[in-house]
Amino acid sequence: MGAALADQIERLGLNDLHESLGAKMVPFAGYLMPIQYAAGVMKEHLHTRSAAGLFDVSHMGQVVLRPKAGMEALCLALEALMPVDVLGLAAGRQRYGLFTNETGGILDDLMFANREDHLFLVVNAACKQADVAHLRLHLSHVSQIEFIQDRALLALQGPKAEMVLERLIPQVRTLRFMDVGVFGEAWVSRSGYTGEDGFEISLPQSRASYWAEQLIQAPEVLPIGLGARDSLRLEAGLCLYGHDLTEHTSPVEAGLSWALQKSRREGGARPAGFPGHERILNEITRGPERMRVGLRPEGRAPMREGTLLFHPDGTPLGEVTSGGFGPSEGAPLAMGYVPVAFSAPGTLLMGEVRGKHLPVAVAPLPFHPTHYKR
Amino acid sequence: MKYTKDHEWLRVEGDLVVVGITEHAATALGDVVFVELPEVETMVAEGDEICVIESVKAASDILAPVDGEIVEINDKLVDNPGLVNTDPTGAAWFFKLRLDDLAVLDAFMDEDEYADMIG
Repeated sequence: MGAALADQIERLGLNDLHESLGAKMVPFAGYLMPIQYAAGVMKEHLHTRSAAGLFDVSHMGQVVLRPKAGMEALCLALEALMPVDVLGLAAGRQRYGLFTNETGGILDDLMFANREDHLFLVVNAACKQADVAHLRLHLSHVSQIEFIQDRALLALQGPKAEMVLERLIPQVRTLRFMDVGVFGEAWVSRSGYTGEDGFEISLPQSRASYWAEQLIQAPEVLPIGLGARDSLRLEAGLCLYGHDLTEHTSPVEAGLSWALQKSRREGGARPAGFPGHERILNEITRGPERMRVGLRPEGRAPMREGTLLFHPDGTPLGEVTSGGFGPSEGAPLAMGYVPVAFSAPGTLLMGEVRGKHLPVAVAPLPFHPTHYKR
Repeated sequence: MKYTKDHEWLRVEGDLVVVGITEHAATALGDVVFVELPEVETMVAEGDEICVIESVKAASDILAPVDGEIVEINDKLVDNPGLVNTDPTGAAWFFKLRLDDLAVLDAFMDEDEYADMIG
């Protein structure tokens, strides 16, 4: 890596802790991030599923939207950017959202929470500058847009996450999936990106090392890098922006219609009125041309991102957008896009790996059962 | 034992050369989940990509270290790719090559030279 490039890679607040834990650090979205620790991706993945894993996701963007003229005006303005019901989200709750563009593609996917007198957003690292610019352009008349730069973000995931976190914050046991709460300096949501129960915890940067050390000292907890984060979310059937979702992918194609509440659809209380609503609502009614599907290669060879997909007769059908090995499934797994006619589970396709067409079956998502505390 | 700059080890066994990857390479690759081996009786030339190793992180190749004929492959790796991590210099050999002349191995690094290279 050249010196000029290295200069552009930022170190996050917990860098020293990662290195002391044996992390292998790699550049990701402009930051030096732990791809794995001493245990390795496989053990980290399995440990998260059986006990608890601590992830540093401080590279993600945290944004507070503070209304200038009431929450309702803010929620309605945000609804003009997303095909999602913002106004109907109760205080203390979080919801999955998507910024769309005029052609119905996805600019970013995000979590947004109603914290009574303001909204709190968590957006993808690679999109955060553009997202904040987008919010400033469209929401400044109704909201202050506070791009939070002085808070870290940790995720504690796995069946023992509640047991561990309640030693530090007893109230977290009262949270259910997608609830949020502010407990002193910790902003907590019961959510994550692994398919397991767990929490995401926003903390003042100056206090993040203390919290991370407290959590990592628990015998149930291992530090988990981006490698296992990716295999965990793949098994859970969750999309990765820039790969499974892009500015050309519509939410309907992506299988995210569940995130488009009735109130924003035709016949709902506040239908349309978001970028790309013509395409998106049309696809809800008539069905999209192609769909995101789960894919299970029949052999052991992983089918990674970019693997071309074919009909057994050789006709090109689409490609893999995320793929690798699922440690809990003990098998290669992938997701990709194919025409709707070939999207039913059980459909046999071929994936081109190193010049050879290998069989791969369309499979239901998620690959691995999720364990949210609803 | 001899070593290549591509992190393969070469061990003479009778008139054959046994080939595998070093512990350093196995650690760098991470958990290996897939191994594809060449066919027995294949003639290979130095630098040919003859095996595929995929870890949870990425795919990489094993190159033929010298010209020769593949005379035996380690099928155990296909069913148990994790052997590459647990016993890279023992049970996880990849293939055995027959060479015209074993003297070509003299050009490769010995253990000390390889240790210097990986620092």
